Amino acid sequence: MDYFFGHYNYWVVIFLMMVGLYTVISRGNLIKKIIGLNIFQVSVFLLYINMGTLEGGAAPIIAEGVALYSNPLPHVLILTAIVVGVATTALALALVVRIKEAYGTIEEDEIHRQDHSL
Amino acid sequence: MIDIVVDITLLAFLAITAVAIVRMTNLFAIVMLFGIFSLLSAGLFVVMDAPDVAFTEAAVGAGIATVLMLATLALIKNHQVSPYKEVTPRAHRPWLPLAVVGITGAALIYGTWDIPGFGDPNAPAQIHVARYYIENAVPETGVPNIVTAILASYRGFDTLGEVAVVYTAGVAVLLLIGGRRPKSTVKPKAEKGQDDA
Amino acid sequence: MPNLILHVVSKFLIPLIIIFALYVQFHGDFGPGGGFQAGVIFSAAIILYAMVFGLDAAEKIIPSYLLRILASLGVVLYAGVGVASLLLGGNYLDYSVLGSTRVAGQHLGILLVELGVGITVSAVMLIIYFAFAGRGRE
Repeated sequence: MDYFFGHYNYWVVIFLMMVGLYTVISRGNLIKKIIGLNIFQVSVFLLYINMGTLEGGAAPIIAEGVALYSNPLPHVLILTAIVVGVATTALALALVVRIKEAYGTIEEDEIHRQDHSL
Repeated sequence: MIDIVVDITLLAFLAITAVAIVRMTNLFAIVMLFGIFSLLSAGLFVVMDAPDVAFTEAAVGAGIATVLMLATLALIKNHQVSPYKEVTPRAHRPWLPLAVVGITGAALIYGTWDIPGFGDPNAPAQIHVARYYIENAVPETGVPNIVTAILASYRGFDTLGEVAVVYTAGVAVLLLIGGRRPKSTVKPKAEKGQDDA
Repeated sequence: MPNLILHVVSKFLIPLIIIFALYVQFHGDFGPGGGFQAGVIFSAAIILYAMVFGLDAAEKIIPSYLLRILASLGVVLYAGVGVASLLLGGNYLDYSVLGSTRVAGQHLGILLVELGVGITVSAVMLIIYFAFAGRGRE
């Protein structure tokens, strides 16, 4: 039981990761693929922050009367990762806009068909 | 005790939202659900004692990313059929993606069997490098926020690279869609460099 | 008058959002915050203005060429702090040589670096939003 309470957080986060991965590889709409990729990214961030928390700890800001601080290193890593993630998402959305203007559709099957028929 | 209840509730809502995003076909509703997903994960970050990360995730995920997706939806509206509809939900033959996802998930869960429990103060991750930063951040830099001290001073080179990445993304978006939309919107296999920018 | 509520409420909220962004930027040393959060919140205020009052009104406040200059300025400020500490005798991005004592130099270096990050992030978010919103106009 102790083992279950110590590990179910990780299992739920891995389930979220798999939902995001499934959205990316099984749906044909480009916008849905981008959103699935974002779900995957956010669940990876959750995994890291889960590994860095301490029971009874406080936020890593030095204050009076606090004995135990959470691990600040995953916070730094995830802060950078979030901003890089939004830069990637913005670029992917710009590419989707150009694809729509060039092919007239954002469904993967249609784009493949137009590419192979010309 | 209340911590565990909040934790389980937020995780349950996250899982429900993620499954709903996979199953729905209206793109507008999916983007709204994505905003909710971001905000719930920001709430989970606050429960995990990470206010900086929660701040950034709420501002960036529920703010900028959702706004950009809505702007994209406004640009790719399908005027013939009902707008914002995912035209071919590929519900047939889902067994291969499900198999891949199942195998990957099982491998990851197998990897979490041996790691220390959630919140263990004696885990190896908490006692080697983190202890140095927690003890020496204020005497060496004079900044009480340890995350800012590490981000700007100890690992300042990485932050320089990150600013360069953000700048590059801005330049790339400007190159791709900085100009006006061309007159005819359906040009199969047209050379992209010939659009007037 | 279709948008009266939006106009009045946003005119009330946008200065508060900008002040909050400046607070998060400069108070990032003592509480949660820092350059990235402040830049995103500042750009959120301008995006709100652009959504309520129109893209042309927003481009009158912050013209596009100024945004491009500001985005580069942030990166140059960050790299410039590193070069300044090189010229003053230390390593690249070693803030200890920037002030009279080691702690004062570190504090000044962190402040300047976070300012550069905030300027670049807000300018780039605005560039991206203006590019998306301006593409729809013929």
